[in-house]
Amino acid sequence: MIARTTIFAALASLAGMTAAIASAGSAKEAEHHHWHFAGPFGTFDKDALQRGYQVYETVCASCHGVEQLSFRNLGQKGGPFYLNTCPAGFADNVDCSNPNENPIVKALAAQYRYQVLDGPDDSGDMVERTPLASDRIPGPYPNEVIARLANNNALPPDLSLITKARHHGPDYVYSLLIGYADAPATVEITPGQYYNPYFHGDMTQALKPEFLDAEGHVVDGVVVPVGGVLAMAPPLVDGIVDYADEATPETVEQYAADVVEFLTWASEPKMEARKSMGVMSLIYLVILCIILYWSYRRVWAGLKK
Amino acid sequence: MSHPSTYNPNSGLEKWLDARLPILRLAHDSFVDFPTPKNLNYWWTFGGILTVCLVIQIITGIVLAMHYTPHTSMAFDSVEHIMRDVNYGWLMRYVHANGGSMFFLAVYIHMFRGLYYGSYKEPREVLWMLGVVIFILMMATAFMGYVLPWGQMSYWAATVITNLFSAIPLIGDDIRTLFWGGFSVDNPTLNRFFSLHYLLPFAIFGVVMLHIWALHVPGNNNPTGVEVKDVKKDTVPFHPYYTVKDGFGIAVFLVLFAAFVFFNPDGLGHPDNYIKANPLSTPASIVPEWYFMPFYAILRAITFDLGPISSKLGGVIAMFSSLLILFVLPWLDRSKVRSMRYRPAARLWFVIFVVACIALGVLGGLPAEGRNVLYAQIATAYYFGFFLIILPLLGIMETPKPLPRSIADAVLNKHKPEAASGGAQPAPAE
Repeated sequence: MIARTTIFAALASLAGMTAAIASAGSAKEAEHHHWHFAGPFGTFDKDALQRGYQVYETVCASCHGVEQLSFRNLGQKGGPFYLNTCPAGFADNVDCSNPNENPIVKALAAQYRYQVLDGPDDSGDMVERTPLASDRIPGPYPNEVIARLANNNALPPDLSLITKARHHGPDYVYSLLIGYADAPATVEITPGQYYNPYFHGDMTQALKPEFLDAEGHVVDGVVVPVGGVLAMAPPLVDGIVDYADEATPETVEQYAADVVEFLTWASEPKMEARKSMGVMSLIYLVILCIILYWSYRRVWAGLKK
Repeated sequence: MSHPSTYNPNSGLEKWLDARLPILRLAHDSFVDFPTPKNLNYWWTFGGILTVCLVIQIITGIVLAMHYTPHTSMAFDSVEHIMRDVNYGWLMRYVHANGGSMFFLAVYIHMFRGLYYGSYKEPREVLWMLGVVIFILMMATAFMGYVLPWGQMSYWAATVITNLFSAIPLIGDDIRTLFWGGFSVDNPTLNRFFSLHYLLPFAIFGVVMLHIWALHVPGNNNPTGVEVKDVKKDTVPFHPYYTVKDGFGIAVFLVLFAAFVFFNPDGLGHPDNYIKANPLSTPASIVPEWYFMPFYAILRAITFDLGPISSKLGGVIAMFSSLLILFVLPWLDRSKVRSMRYRPAARLWFVIFVVACIALGVLGGLPAEGRNVLYAQIATAYYFGFFLIILPLLGIMETPKPLPRSIADAVLNKHKPEAASGGAQPAPAE
């Protein structure tokens, strides 16, 4: 019957529709990068996660926090520095799969570039101390006011959920990091601002006066460039982070890919557990469907002579 | 349908209980030996699917409430705490968040099924109206639940929707203040939304019980719309025939559900809700969840003032009317023939109605500018026209196809269309 199939197809498309609606704005579409974590069986590339953490700590952490993450998360199952067993030389009673006893995580916390504010101590004073594995990863600024003062009144967003908080987040962050370009000749960029074709914005504001008429409208024939301006200077340059593994290129593209891998893990550290449970659940449900369908046919067989 | 009880207490304990509280008798007569038309198709499995959805939402919701903090400065972080540190918290939250979408998907199919097969008609008016009450309670619950994570979309959806109430003349501002618990969307708003979000599902559960009670008095409608004539020939016991068929339908539905939860858990959500609520920064576009979009489109379609009614108030009236009109549907559709299988003209208008609803859903998610406004106005006009003009007129003007004599006849003649038309009697025309 036509009505039935139409309704079903229509409802199905309605269900999938919202994902397709992207917010309006002028920006270049993000480059599609092939991610290790993409797809129903995708997992995080552990080496990339470790390099990505290094890029984050060396570069991004100068301005951005990851407030949802604790050091211990780095050593939990699925995390960048998870250890199944301890390296040689550890006592038998140490369990390195416990993130708080993981020697790499303890060292990363102890050597972190920022201190943790703790207290009050016995004399009632707040004290700065070296982070422990159980601490949240401290951010660069104690509060928003100081963050803005240090950044020309711009607020660097927290990065712990950044790849989930943007449409096609991983591709977007990657494109933004590698996409800085010289501003087109038609626009004037104020000092402290940087043009990026992947950043959502309205470049009409930045057009040079000669391309606007008396009422502020764009003169015919002038194309407003896509993209926007942001307060973040291009953060990555070739060679800025020194990778231990000599085989990995120290390029902007490689850094960007690695840090996006890390930030995607930071956004959803349980992704691998979710996908593996999903595969098992679907196998279970499909078998259940088959058994129930067979039971249904069998129970009803007596009626439909 | 009402039928003599066939419950037979076997053990001494069952007899003892039956004499004091015949609850096992009620369960047996309602869900085991309940006579159910033998020709129900898969569209009828959505009642069972919806029950499963409600139970899933309540169970996951209770667990989430154990870990959630309803405070503006902690709500967002407590949700992330659930996602990261609570054992299987990510599973509970994704099931609950996608469960809302699955619930609405199922309820829309259930409602369109009721519309198509005339399940709202005498003697099932109360059954239908209770269903509309459930639907409205669901919308209120879902809306308040979406506010709880206190992301950007949570905050701004709460702001937009609560502001609608200020359009009501005289008391509008006071109602809005009551919702807010202050003079803007803030902590008191979040607290009362959390409280009500926890309360309303149990109210829904209560009305669902009434809905099932009202179903079990006249019994199920069926795809022919012809009432049961002979219980022996036309019906089968609910168990095992429909427990197994509904079970299969539920399992297939859970495959779709699981596919979203495990492989695209944020696909139906909006990325902005992973940004903490910020009253100083308005998102580029404020869009509701997909299941509210048709009503959001109707709200925004009224862009013109009508005498003393401002466009804003007009939009609010249109949006609430689009729900309230469902209450009087049983009296708007005067056709004696229930199922649109035998109403070719009505079926065509119904298909257009479904298309109009989907178009409203799409338009609700697009910016209200340019042609979109006109399209939304046309679809809104059709939505109301379908109920207020088309259905009443069809009841008078339409000539239905001949109805089968009984459900058993319809089933037996399914593979012999000739015999069906030859042996059937014409339906009484209005």
